[in-house]
Amino acid sequence: MNSFRLRRVAGLLLVGSLAVTACSSAADTASGGKVVLSVNGQPPQTQAFERKIFDEDVAEFEAANPDIDIQPHEGFMDPKTFSAKLAGGQLEDVFYAYFTDPAQLIARRQAADITDHVKDLPHYTEIRQELRDVFAKDGKVFGVPTANYSMGLLYNRKLFQQAGLNPDTPPKTWDEVKEAAKKITALGDNKVGFAEYSKNNQGGWHFTAWMYSVGGKIARQDGDKWVADFDNDKGRQVLQHLKDMRWRDGTMGEKQLLVIEDVQQMMGAGQLGMYLAAPDNVPTIVNQFKGDYADYGLTGIPDGKGTLIGGEGYMINPKATPEKIKAGLKWIGWKYLNPDRFDKNLKRYKDQGQPIGLPVPPVADIWTGDVKAKQTELKVANATVPVQNFKSYVDSTPAGLIEPPNAQQVYAILDNVVQAVLTDRDADPATLLADAEAKVNPVLAQVK
Amino acid sequence: MRRRVAENLTAYGFLSAALLCFAVFSWYPIVRGVVLGFQQVDFVAAPTWVGWENFERLFADPLFAVAWRNTLLFTVLALVFGFAVPFLLAVVLNELRHFKAYFRLVVYLPVMLPPVVAALVWKWLYDPGPGLLNTALRGLGLDGPGWLDDTSTSMLSLVLVATWANLGTATLVYLAALQSIPGELYEAAELDGAGVLRRLWHVTVPQTRFVLLVLLLLQVVATMQVFTEPYVMTGGGPQDSTVTVLLLLYRYAFYYNDFGTASALSLLLLLVLGAFTALYLRVTRRADA
Repeated sequence: MNSFRLRRVAGLLLVGSLAVTACSSAADTASGGKVVLSVNGQPPQTQAFERKIFDEDVAEFEAANPDIDIQPHEGFMDPKTFSAKLAGGQLEDVFYAYFTDPAQLIARRQAADITDHVKDLPHYTEIRQELRDVFAKDGKVFGVPTANYSMGLLYNRKLFQQAGLNPDTPPKTWDEVKEAAKKITALGDNKVGFAEYSKNNQGGWHFTAWMYSVGGKIARQDGDKWVADFDNDKGRQVLQHLKDMRWRDGTMGEKQLLVIEDVQQMMGAGQLGMYLAAPDNVPTIVNQFKGDYADYGLTGIPDGKGTLIGGEGYMINPKATPEKIKAGLKWIGWKYLNPDRFDKNLKRYKDQGQPIGLPVPPVADIWTGDVKAKQTELKVANATVPVQNFKSYVDSTPAGLIEPPNAQQVYAILDNVVQAVLTDRDADPATLLADAEAKVNPVLAQVK
Repeated sequence: MRRRVAENLTAYGFLSAALLCFAVFSWYPIVRGVVLGFQQVDFVAAPTWVGWENFERLFADPLFAVAWRNTLLFTVLALVFGFAVPFLLAVVLNELRHFKAYFRLVVYLPVMLPPVVAALVWKWLYDPGPGLLNTALRGLGLDGPGWLDDTSTSMLSLVLVATWANLGTATLVYLAALQSIPGELYEAAELDGAGVLRRLWHVTVPQTRFVLLVLLLLQVVATMQVFTEPYVMTGGGPQDSTVTVLLLLYRYAFYYNDFGTASALSLLLLLVLGAFTALYLRVTRRADA
């Protein structure tokens, strides 16, 4: 605790402030007449396999497109440094964005309008419409989705067996989750039946998933305005359910204010029975904790009336020239949206002992029609993990709903609601929701 | 006069590099921060002047008052613990006859631990389930509190971590002050029949009064900028009970990307800290005089 902290923040603000005077980034064309294109999304050196695949792709793309010089940069979207990079002229020409961010980036004019260029992107119209909509506004396109997830229930098959539950018939409703959690907790030795996040906006994020699962919403459009829509029976039902599991059943452990890493660690250590998660959590847990794919199962979100979908895509620097936009879309299309390379990609992953068959990249579930059929067929033919463990997730068909507008600010407020029921035995769901709605409405009123 | 400037020219030369660094990395950000507080920026188009709009937005945010109240609570608690404990520890260390160096090292060790590491270690200690503290309490047949998970104990739990982490520095400063007290004063007091407590009250406290006051002001300035502990350990929860001013500032800047409002808040914090710094300067100047 010293003045260094204030100075550090001031320093960060300075980097941001440089925007005022910053000029555009490097020249558009190199001396050889090539379009120089900086892109991010290059995996770090520590992820040797993913890095190798990425670098090979860059080399192959450049060989096929001698007029484009790709300059890869490590890293993905970091909201903490995004503005500073944009301000300092350091933002890549092609940059990664989570589904939570495009709406605000578009509103702040921080992404290029690519409507006229996207027509030339092969297979663009075969991407699921609701995913394309995340990157569009008023008929204009500002980015392209490249991967998505939908929330399901991740569970520990070993603990299910130990608790006398059948891991091949995982819970389908929240009531069944509650019962399963009791049996797992009854194993003792600090086993936790079910865990939930409640910090760093992740509580609000998962509350949204809970609301969707029971057919509820977080926000709805009222004319041309957005208003909060969770202070109702469904909201109270969700909170009461969480409260019951935490305090009446005692199946959510003692420690709260958890974030995703805490919960993954609990799952990896074999201490946790179930939690809400996207499929990409499975390889993360297996890799970090030297686990086995056979020990984990994934099923559709309980109750299944809807599920939160999220994901990622790429957008283009608002300062990019038309040439760069064209080259950027060529790269995105070739690297991330290329059905002709499905087979090759799967084989590369398989040859290196990477898991094939999980509902995660290299075969992201963003497609419709023939492309989707082709992808599914290839995935099944090349599977290396017990696909049946994830079958009930793949077979579940809840409606995919995107995140509410101004998601991060809304989540920050909803964090409190989840924290309250998980940390205060006397918390009153009705009061909490009414209070949160009063705070969320002004945030939604800012949505244009 | 000219001779005096010429004599100092070499010194100014050496100083210039440091001054340049200060100007670029310290003073310019502060000035820009002040300007940003009255602007709205999207880092694409030119910034727009919005007058007091950012401040109005802050005052309308229900978390604004909460953050100041929490920061004040943290500061008061941190002073109660962070001020009294190191002083008493220094008095005890000063009385030691053996293993002096060893105990000084032990007291100073936590300072060497990176703050984030310390916070993570304490997060585990506080775990109400298998955490060390509650496991020990259960061993004694007691029910431990929720520590970080309970609104009534969350802030106190953070204060304990901060106090523990900064104990060493304050203790060493007090110890240095104690050792500068002439031994004759104690001898005279002893001859007059003063016991330990009376010696402490009539000799130690008056002799270290100035150091105590300076450290008090420095601690106010430092504790009002608390960030690492709430950021790493609670994220501001449960139920906003540990949202501090700096944490709110961070949220505005990096969660909402609203650098204008973040700068406005930093400006307000700067004003408050400026008042304490002015007081500190007055106190030290009076002592120098």
